[in-house]
Amino acid sequence: MAEEVVLMKGNEAIAHTAIRIGVDGYFGYPITPQSEVLETLAEQKPWETTGMVVLQAESEVAAINMVYGGAGTGKMVMTSSSSPGVSLKQEGISYIAGAELPCLIVNVMRGGPGLGTIQPSQADYFQTTKGGGHGDYHLIALAPASVQEMADFVDLGFQLAFKYRNPAIILADGVIGQMMEKVVLPAPRPRRTEEEIIAQCPWAATGRKGRKPNVITSLELDPSIMEQRNIHLQQKYAEIQEKECRYEELCCEDAEYLIVAFGSCARISQKAMEHAREEGIKVGLFRPITLWPFPSKALKERASQVKGILTVELNSGQMIEDVRLAVNCQIPVEHFGRLGGIVPDPDEVIEAIKEKLIK
Amino acid sequence: MTKEDIMKPENLVYQKPRLMNDNSMHYCPGCSHGVVHKLIAEVIDEMGLTEKAIGISPVGCAVFMYNYLDIDCQEAAHGRAPALASAIKRLWPDRLVFTYQGDGDLACIGTAESIHALNRGENITIIFINNAIYGMTGGQMAPTTLLGMKTATCPYGRIPEIHGYPLKMTEIAATLQGTCYVTRQSVQNVASIRKAKKAIRKAFECSMQQKGSSLVEIVSTCSSGWKMTPEKANKWMEENMFPFYPLGDLKDTTDIK
Repeated sequence: MAEEVVLMKGNEAIAHTAIRIGVDGYFGYPITPQSEVLETLAEQKPWETTGMVVLQAESEVAAINMVYGGAGTGKMVMTSSSSPGVSLKQEGISYIAGAELPCLIVNVMRGGPGLGTIQPSQADYFQTTKGGGHGDYHLIALAPASVQEMADFVDLGFQLAFKYRNPAIILADGVIGQMMEKVVLPAPRPRRTEEEIIAQCPWAATGRKGRKPNVITSLELDPSIMEQRNIHLQQKYAEIQEKECRYEELCCEDAEYLIVAFGSCARISQKAMEHAREEGIKVGLFRPITLWPFPSKALKERASQVKGILTVELNSGQMIEDVRLAVNCQIPVEHFGRLGGIVPDPDEVIEAIKEKLIK
Repeated sequence: MTKEDIMKPENLVYQKPRLMNDNSMHYCPGCSHGVVHKLIAEVIDEMGLTEKAIGISPVGCAVFMYNYLDIDCQEAAHGRAPALASAIKRLWPDRLVFTYQGDGDLACIGTAESIHALNRGENITIIFINNAIYGMTGGQMAPTTLLGMKTATCPYGRIPEIHGYPLKMTEIAATLQGTCYVTRQSVQNVASIRKAKKAIRKAFECSMQQKGSSLVEIVSTCSSGWKMTPEKANKWMEENMFPFYPLGDLKDTTDIK
């Protein structure tokens, strides 16, 4: 079997890609609008083909702790959920980050706060990029803007997670999870053997064959050692910030105004940009692909040529804080967003550019 | 007869378990944890599972289990050990995967994880230390605290109108279809220690033979939390804990002797 071109939902693409790239285990709990991930895995029965474990947990709390357990043994393990469920996972995410384990988390965001709505949102930007759980830690956050990227970022997320022994998260929104697009699924590759896992992850708690015991923990009662652990984490995060910033620029070379948007808002903003250019307004689109690390340096460079920036988000203004920090408030940075599950159309974005930036 | 003559291997009648290291234990004098750790170490060694054992330690006094047992271990968040163990056993089916949990961890904050792991029939063993009190945080009320028993958060005694009733998780576990072996033991004297060891071995055998979930409750003392001497704590346990938490097998669907 080789690559395969299919038409499917973003959520389904995540499930199919996970099976194809040799993920060892998925642990999840149903929640709209991402239930197709678990449903697709259940339908595909990968335990009969690749040997992948798929388990519906009793809660999101249990699911993330199953991921924590599996990650501690060096396996490729993942979970997916949507906003209220991801809130429940925060305790486990903090433990996974503290114990420096690789795993993949998927959040197909819906509107909040509280039970909120099942419609799309991007209001978990703060939760994802500024902490979420307790303690000083970061997730490697990838923001897909297409069904293709939903598939691609499963692989990329695991690669980065294992490279840095750090949890990675795909921060998608309900639009990207639910919409259908053409997608190229990767050629299948086998799961790693037990020997390969033990060789790749000498730190993993797999049974102490031929070595001293391995212990997976985030606990340390001696503050001087705990401080050193935190310093080590911060050094790792600095390295990730240096090496792993990802972004995409569209029509930025001659841009006088810049839209900064991720996920579904980047797709809407791309159309707005095209319409604005037809009207003679030179708009460019800067799309952060990694939300953490945020591509501040690249954005700062691009911002030096423009008169103003509009961030377009499905929230009340969260990423805008990172944009303002990146450009050091040297040019106007304004926000346009819709809330509570409303998705704007491109005309609203053009109006916002005219109102807030051109005036 | 010289010292060397006496110390010949053929004269050996007892030794420290090979899987217990020389780290000083943080457990209080009279605490049951040390004895149960020893039994686990002995059983793993005797079953030849040293290279296959993965232990999950809880939040509570036993969080540092991994400092004393020379096996691979993972520390769980409070109450979540059965979730970790479920995933690990499914991902590594030939490993011995067990959790070691106190009453607060298993019967309070981790009730859901415990019941669902047991009910799924995960091929894991849960060692449940029930001393009816929160030891590590300084003696607060546990889900298993007896009626009338005084703790830091029920200083006038546990009153059902205010605090509800003690929870018998092991009795609940015995009703679940996923469990194959559910037993309640203790370790306050030589006879009970021998029985408890046998129970732990049987539970581990169930896990390795993939017969379903096993739960071994050890009714235990917490002399610091109970504010008693170790001797008095043992007596108090026999007189007060055993009538409410009676010892013995609650369920055994296996043919393992």
